[in-house]
Amino acid sequence: MGVVEFATSPWGQTVPIHVAFYLIWVAAIGGLAFLICHAIYVQFMAKKEAPAHAASVSPALAAGIPEKVARHSMAARLFHWIMALAMLALLITAFLPKVGYQFPWVTYHWIAGLVLTVSIIYHIIHASFFMDFWSIWPDNIDIEDAKRRWLRATGKPAPAPRKFAKYPMENKMYHLIIVLAGLSVTLTGLFMMKRVRTPFFTRNPYLFSDMTWGLTYVLHGLAGVGLIALIMAHIYFALRPEKFVITKSMVFGTMPREYYLEHHDPERWTVPQASSLGKAANGD
Amino acid sequence: MAIVRDIMPAFELFQPASVDDTLRLLNQHGSDAWVMAGGLDTFDWLKDRIKRPKVVIDLSQVSELRGVREVNGGLEIGAMTTLTEVVRHPVVREKFSILSTGAEAAASPQIRNQGTIGGNVSQDARCWYYRGGWKCYRAGGNICFADTPTAINREHAILGADRCVAVNPSDSAPALIALEAQMVIRNTKGERVVNAEDYFIGPSTDITRMTVLKPGDLLTAIRIPSTWAGAQFYFEKVRDRQVWDFPLLNVASAMVVNGGNIERIRIVVNAAAARPLRLTAVEDAVRGKPRNAATGEMGGKVAIAGAEPLRYNGYKIPLMRNLVKRAISGVEEAKWA
Repeated sequence: MGVVEFATSPWGQTVPIHVAFYLIWVAAIGGLAFLICHAIYVQFMAKKEAPAHAASVSPALAAGIPEKVARHSMAARLFHWIMALAMLALLITAFLPKVGYQFPWVTYHWIAGLVLTVSIIYHIIHASFFMDFWSIWPDNIDIEDAKRRWLRATGKPAPAPRKFAKYPMENKMYHLIIVLAGLSVTLTGLFMMKRVRTPFFTRNPYLFSDMTWGLTYVLHGLAGVGLIALIMAHIYFALRPEKFVITKSMVFGTMPREYYLEHHDPERWTVPQASSLGKAANGD
Repeated sequence: MAIVRDIMPAFELFQPASVDDTLRLLNQHGSDAWVMAGGLDTFDWLKDRIKRPKVVIDLSQVSELRGVREVNGGLEIGAMTTLTEVVRHPVVREKFSILSTGAEAAASPQIRNQGTIGGNVSQDARCWYYRGGWKCYRAGGNICFADTPTAINREHAILGADRCVAVNPSDSAPALIALEAQMVIRNTKGERVVNAEDYFIGPSTDITRMTVLKPGDLLTAIRIPSTWAGAQFYFEKVRDRQVWDFPLLNVASAMVVNGGNIERIRIVVNAAAARPLRLTAVEDAVRGKPRNAATGEMGGKVAIAGAEPLRYNGYKIPLMRNLVKRAISGVEEAKWA
């Protein structure tokens, strides 16, 4: 039982055709196992540490922080939720028929794929030119702090990690992985639209060789089943009580000043002072 | 084309004598089991060594699946009833002649003596790329060899294609749909009854199956209600030769005419898509209209809306238009365009 299924092309060549569909269950069960393990670890085993450097913000600086700290602009939130809907539609249309719920899924799938593609293009432009582009990518401090957290979690001595910048390290890592998986499914999916009938292209299954098509399908499938586990993890963390403030900020755009001061470093994530609100538009 | 190798691959053969035993076997072997009715589709697959089931369940000894029974003015036909028995049954001929005409259009007399009504409606697609063993969409792959710029696709779909362009080749299926038949399906969990038009599924729903039957399911009977008994029927099959050939297209209609106007109608075409197509838009368009050439002409035009020809099957569009026209207005009224 391999990860990839192969077939013989009319030219006698053995080519990959797609991933084995049992990987759907591997991803779903693996994702679920991770969530359960994480929940048990947090509940029963993780050390309850006071937030690092909780008192390091000067009262003067804290006084200038607005009561509601802008975190995500309306444009960014719209992108996030449109992308989320498209992603859920893609997962439902891709995998429910494979696990026994039959319905005409192809048209819905490529429409959702196009919505996702457009939203990603929008996000790339928006993030590159209108947001703090580097705020979502891990930097040296994040890596060093991750090492510190790991050492402390395993009972070894290490300095306390610093507070986060705008995004916690796990957010940044998740974003990085979702970028890789998302770009893989969208790019391969766009080419795969040449194999089905749509109003946009003339169908051409000979665009690539059988081998290239096979690899395209395999990459699409691997990224797709990977997204099952990734989306499960994302929804799980979004619903966890200690992360719920971040989730709410993706709905309302802001987070409370207390949470900001407790978890974020004002030097690494500068927000407009209360007095200057209205002049500066922050957030992504 | 497939290479016939004559010697079938090894499999375990079961010949149950009752439906209950059959269901137990189907449940036990799941997707490893192959259900064989008359064997006419089965032996092609096995002798070509394209399908290699571990277990073959031969239904020939299940007598309770045979025969035609009258029920509440309608009929219940056992799935293992041969096409010849259906064709010759007096009630079928008297009240539901569209079915006898359709069943009689299938294949050849010898094949109809062996082939069953259940097998005829449940047979697999006849696309030669698929039957040739190529790993196409229908075989679980990622390409349709029949829908490429150079493919030979004269017999393939003009409607309802979704990646796969194979068509349903059954001659009895459109007649059954026109008669509002119901398919009785059993498995170890119980029985369910499915309208004939919902029994068939297209590639957009499941590209690897032609019917709703899943591993463990058994089509046991086909029920024909009295709804259309004695109505005006029309069945026509167009094929390359007049015997032992699959349809290029066929059409079946059941109609009740009152005062020269079409009061009720059901019209179905097959071999135009991967499933028999009930033409509800045509039915709606012609209902209440006089049964004449003009109505038939209009119905024919409505029928082909959305048809997309492949490289070699463009002829199917005017063919379908004219068949629908004739199915509504009758041969006498047809005005060939």
